[in-house]
Amino acid sequence: MTQRKVALFVTCLVDMMRPRIGFAAIRALEAAGCDVVVPEGQTCCGQPALNSGDTNHAIALARQTIVALEPYEAVVVPSGSCGGTIRCHYPELFEHDPIWLPRAQAVAAKTWEIMAYLDEQCGWKPEGVQVDAKATYHDSCSGLRELGVKAQPRRLLKPIAGLELTPLAGEETCCGFGGTFCVKYPAISNAIVGEKADAIEATGADLLLAGDLGCLMNMAGKLNRQGSKVRAFHAIELIAGMGDGPAIGEEA
Amino acid sequence: MSGAPAEATRFKARADAALADRILKVAVERTAGTAEAKRAVAVDAFPDFQAARTRAAAIKDHVVAHLGHYLEQFEANATAAGAKVHWARTADEACDIVIALCKAAKAKSVARSKSMLGEEIGLPHALAEAGIGRVETDLAEHIIQLADERPSHIIWPAMHKTREQVSALFKAKHRLPHEEETIAAMAESARRELRTQMLGADVGISGANFLIADSGAICTVTNEGNAELSLVPPRVHIVTAGIEKIVPSMPHAVHMLRLLARSATGAALTQYTTFYTGPKRPGDRDGPEEMHIVLVDNGRTRMREDGLAEMLRCIRCGACMNHCVVFRQIGGHAYGGTYPGPMGAVLTPVLDGLKQSRDLPNACTMNGKCQEVCPVRIPLPTLLRGWREKSWREGLEPQSLRAGLGLWAWVATRPRLYRMGTGMAVRAMRLLGSKGWIRTLPLAGGWTTYRDMPKPAAQTFMDQYRKERGR
Repeated sequence: MTQRKVALFVTCLVDMMRPRIGFAAIRALEAAGCDVVVPEGQTCCGQPALNSGDTNHAIALARQTIVALEPYEAVVVPSGSCGGTIRCHYPELFEHDPIWLPRAQAVAAKTWEIMAYLDEQCGWKPEGVQVDAKATYHDSCSGLRELGVKAQPRRLLKPIAGLELTPLAGEETCCGFGGTFCVKYPAISNAIVGEKADAIEATGADLLLAGDLGCLMNMAGKLNRQGSKVRAFHAIELIAGMGDGPAIGEEA
Repeated sequence: MSGAPAEATRFKARADAALADRILKVAVERTAGTAEAKRAVAVDAFPDFQAARTRAAAIKDHVVAHLGHYLEQFEANATAAGAKVHWARTADEACDIVIALCKAAKAKSVARSKSMLGEEIGLPHALAEAGIGRVETDLAEHIIQLADERPSHIIWPAMHKTREQVSALFKAKHRLPHEEETIAAMAESARRELRTQMLGADVGISGANFLIADSGAICTVTNEGNAELSLVPPRVHIVTAGIEKIVPSMPHAVHMLRLLARSATGAALTQYTTFYTGPKRPGDRDGPEEMHIVLVDNGRTRMREDGLAEMLRCIRCGACMNHCVVFRQIGGHAYGGTYPGPMGAVLTPVLDGLKQSRDLPNACTMNGKCQEVCPVRIPLPTLLRGWREKSWREGLEPQSLRAGLGLWAWVATRPRLYRMGTGMAVRAMRLLGSKGWIRTLPLAGGWTTYRDMPKPAAQTFMDQYRKERGR
């Protein structure tokens, strides 16, 4: 069986803030039989520029990302919103560009959110992983609505021994992160994440899981400010058997 | 501060005031929370809601693409039924037509059935300026009139008020207010107050939920029957309606009605759904002697050309705002326009200008929930992003943001420089943290005022990966 050659798009936030998520993604992909490459030319997908209306810079970063990712069979991203940017918005950015549009479409068509890829494309499940904890899961908006990531993370978390998944009231409600929104309109963002933190606390879970580091930092940062004991992880960390390490905001 | 336009501060000030108002939060949550829960039940019970949404979007797209054809058909049929159709390009033209019609009817008072188009064109103000008395007959609009406020929601204009606040208002303003603190007693008090005024009006003014091209009928939906009571007894009925309200035929209107009521309140149908075709005919026992229909453009044809055609699908159900995390926190008044919430954030820049309202498309997390619940599949986040692009192109975004994003993009398009920069940034950030968290972070006060920032790892992913893989 030939190994699938998969490019990992790390995302700028994982690169800077929580490299463990990138390594967890590699570990899970390798366990699923993929040959993982981290293309050199990647930085940020351009989402902050795109969502701020700065189309020219969004296009410049999209071109750079397309060039870095197009040689590979598949592109896997440990973030629903960065994955959504590449998959849904790159083709929109080059709508009127006959040269770049097919390239953007080709990369878009082979770009996957990490958990969707492992579940749907590899048909893989974690084996021999144990995490004795009660966890709750927040569905990050872009992954959910742009990429249809909903059942996949739950299917991948299910085989983890000792892990009890308890539903989060309003699990599909935005956490108030919204990229630059959270610093452009901090008071509104705070009101939204405050309610989210209360809902998380109300589950009685030990762990908060999600698929997007931006949302996780927002929720974990609010939980910590409120003195909560809930620990936050990207779901892929648990799935890859790295749930025994430090949670977001814990010293290694 | 030349960078931050005054309007931005105004939106933020309104939002801050709303966030500090805990009673507002209770009021918004009661109504929107109930609507959200009821809609979910209604949608689940609907045979194939997604297919119905697709069909509704297709109906509206077809009509919007052939607006001239259907409007002319509507005019011909409405005229044949005895109504008079008037055309208004702008809000002012529409108000002038309505005022002239009222004056011709020698109207001292008009009974108005709730209409957002009326709000959009400033009709309450125009009537006041012309010295014509106005009775708002919708219960919530009556509350708004008593309180001298503006609607904060397109379906529940008084959603920002709790029933306790409404009770106090009625006690202060009604001639024979309720004594018992029950909803029924309060409704009775409003009924006592409104009935005589309604029945004494010279002109009835309504909007239209639908204009039906092949019959020339207009349709209103209410839950209180106030439209019927304010439009049938007076001698003259004036309709003001946006030109996008047109549908080809009754079956199309019925399809839209099924989606409208469910999306708005979770009900299968409103209590009253009435079709009005022309004025009183010979032999009719009641009805107005004159019916005038004022068809209002007010930027709508321009929207079609400016990439906002999809917004003309909107049937004003309010589901987008009921499900919007931002609206749920700040309510409708903070938006500052006629229409609040996601649909308002798309429409207000059309109506009031982007410079006045650039905050509205920006104050959105782009979570996509509004699009998910929209009964006519309007891609609201895409349209909001379109306004952000325009705002950026026209230089309306704050200078600090432009400079920051520009610098970041300049570095991010140079991967080697970017690696050095992120490596340094990570080390600098780590100096500011203790026990895994950063409590205050320069240039990121918006974040750390309200939440902690996790301390980054000692090395970036790229640095660690290169070391581990020996590249």
